[in-house]
Amino acid sequence: MNYLGRRLVRAVLLLIGVSALCFLFTEMAPGSFFDEMRLNPQISLETIAALRSHYGLDQPLLVRYGRWMKSALHADLGYSIAYNTPVAPLLWSRAKNTLLLTTSALVLTWIVSIPLGVWAANRRGGLLDKTINLANSFLVSVPELVIAVALLAIAVRWRILRVGGMMSADYEGLSAWAKLQDVLLHLALPAFILVLCESAVIVRHVRASVLEVLGAPYVQAARGFGISRARLLFRHVLPVAANPAISLLGFSLAGLLSGSLLVEVVCGWPGLGPLILEATLSRDLCLVIGGIMFSALFMVGGNLVADIMLLALDPRIRREAADAH
Amino acid sequence: MRTKTAILVALLAGLHVVLLFAGFFAPYDPTTQNRDLPYAPPTRLHFKDSSGFHFRPFVCARTNVLGDQPDSYQEDYKEDRSHEYPLQFFVSGTSYKLFGIYQTGAHLFGVAEPGKVLLFGTDAYGRDELSRVLVGGQISVAAGITATFIALLAGSILGIIAGFYGRWVDESLMGLTELFLSLPWLYFLLGVRAFLPLHLSTIRTFFLLTGVIGLIGWARPARLVRGMVLSSRNRNYVLAARGFGGSDFYLLRRHILPETLGLLLTQAALLVPRYIAAEATLSFFGLGVNEPVPSWGNMLSTLQQYSVLVSYGWLLAPACALVVTSVIYSSLADVFHSRLKSYST
Repeated sequence: MNYLGRRLVRAVLLLIGVSALCFLFTEMAPGSFFDEMRLNPQISLETIAALRSHYGLDQPLLVRYGRWMKSALHADLGYSIAYNTPVAPLLWSRAKNTLLLTTSALVLTWIVSIPLGVWAANRRGGLLDKTINLANSFLVSVPELVIAVALLAIAVRWRILRVGGMMSADYEGLSAWAKLQDVLLHLALPAFILVLCESAVIVRHVRASVLEVLGAPYVQAARGFGISRARLLFRHVLPVAANPAISLLGFSLAGLLSGSLLVEVVCGWPGLGPLILEATLSRDLCLVIGGIMFSALFMVGGNLVADIMLLALDPRIRREAADAH
Repeated sequence: MRTKTAILVALLAGLHVVLLFAGFFAPYDPTTQNRDLPYAPPTRLHFKDSSGFHFRPFVCARTNVLGDQPDSYQEDYKEDRSHEYPLQFFVSGTSYKLFGIYQTGAHLFGVAEPGKVLLFGTDAYGRDELSRVLVGGQISVAAGITATFIALLAGSILGIIAGFYGRWVDESLMGLTELFLSLPWLYFLLGVRAFLPLHLSTIRTFFLLTGVIGLIGWARPARLVRGMVLSSRNRNYVLAARGFGGSDFYLLRRHILPETLGLLLTQAALLVPRYIAAEATLSFFGLGVNEPVPSWGNMLSTLQQYSVLVSYGWLLAPACALVVTSVIYSSLADVFHSRLKSYST
């Protein structure tokens, strides 16, 4: 448990570091939310100064950071000036949708890429392997923006999936089953774009680590005993090869979240992405910081899950953790 | 392998020459509007007319026939086959500045006025899409290269310091890289962009943008360079040079920096397309290069309207340009990477 404890401390330190970094950046910001107001002749400079002090923006950096920390501990994450409410509830209402999109994309990505990677490694040098490799290097190099726009164009053109938003206009009048169907149909396109973008990297890694394990002596021994190919691959090779792939989970999460921000904006999915973009455009700094903190929280959470999975699946790490104890 | 590298390098060089001389290859000015030709589809090059086959292709004048069908909202164009404008090479047209200094009006091809040769069609304001792709590519690719340069410079300096001096410097710098790497880059990019003023002149936007993208990206090269420096620091020849009284600076310049060159080159080939995409993404969101200056990102942002996306397929041209550029760069990165591997083993 010491192992997980250390990971947890590290995660908390990381989050504090991210927030400190964000506040350092705000200090360097030349403009503020009230810049637009200053152009308005009907609002006097005194009003703006009063508003600034009302929101505590005239305080020095450390005081603001201290206040923000306190608010973060109350699970508020500061106060959005544009929406005039605490940031956290606002973010949470959108973060649910982002979580729905990213987790379903993540699960689908793994369901697709593990068999593909194992299969490609099994038929190394074959036609299938070469095709997968070629498709992978294409997908890895093409920018996500292009993939998203192109797939959106296809979907809109041939009316394959429902696009735009998360629900149809008549959502409220539908039965529970139809509601679920409607959301799933809307979810399909952004999730598919994300799976396409993310799976290329993971297939590559799974293939590489399976290939590495396939060359190990114990696999040869197992082969010598006449174990069937499928059993060999999925019972003897995959659990060992899973280790680097699971470590990749945390890493791939960063790409997934970035990709999801982009895809949400392109497809109009009401997640964190459009909210953060809007906050950036209106210079609602607390909301932006809150969004960054949420994304960092997702990342840290994902990494912790990966650590727990590694601990549960890999006896080598369990022993290492016990030794360190 | 060798031929593959040669082909890729030639393609890359060709791409950059075309973009560098974008004003010459583009038939029109990228910001000139033709209000009577909105969303005109690509001009067809004809070879045949009533008098037979011509080797020199020609184009026909087109008129906007919107309104002929009362319930149609789409622009519709009809060709007027009675007027022919043969395609001419090395013509003089609208003047532009080559490299921002040399004023000239030379273009690779064009047709006599009032004919228009719009090979990629036009956008909502009737601006020539081909010219915009070329000139916009100049900006997008330059942004990618500048950002890569900044990221690699910052990354290698910090990586060398961390790897060479070790101890607490190393620990704190690597802690910082972990911080930078633990954030999803697009969130981070948007965040940092939020702290900068929204409306700026194009030049200032360009440098702020590349600066931000580059400074967010320093962490990975820094880690890689640090690893290289760590491994080469204790090589025998470095230790020997130190024994002969070589200063830190001498050791770095003479023995350690050259080791990292291959790595940096590979990283550059890997990062340039990524940063081109980053610039495109920001401009797509409206946070980057602003109209009327074209960039691949802000050209694509008109496609956020579904009606445009469906009806005017030629506006996907910047996306194709992005794909071509990225594929060339990343294939080159693959080649570099496998070379680096075969060297080190």
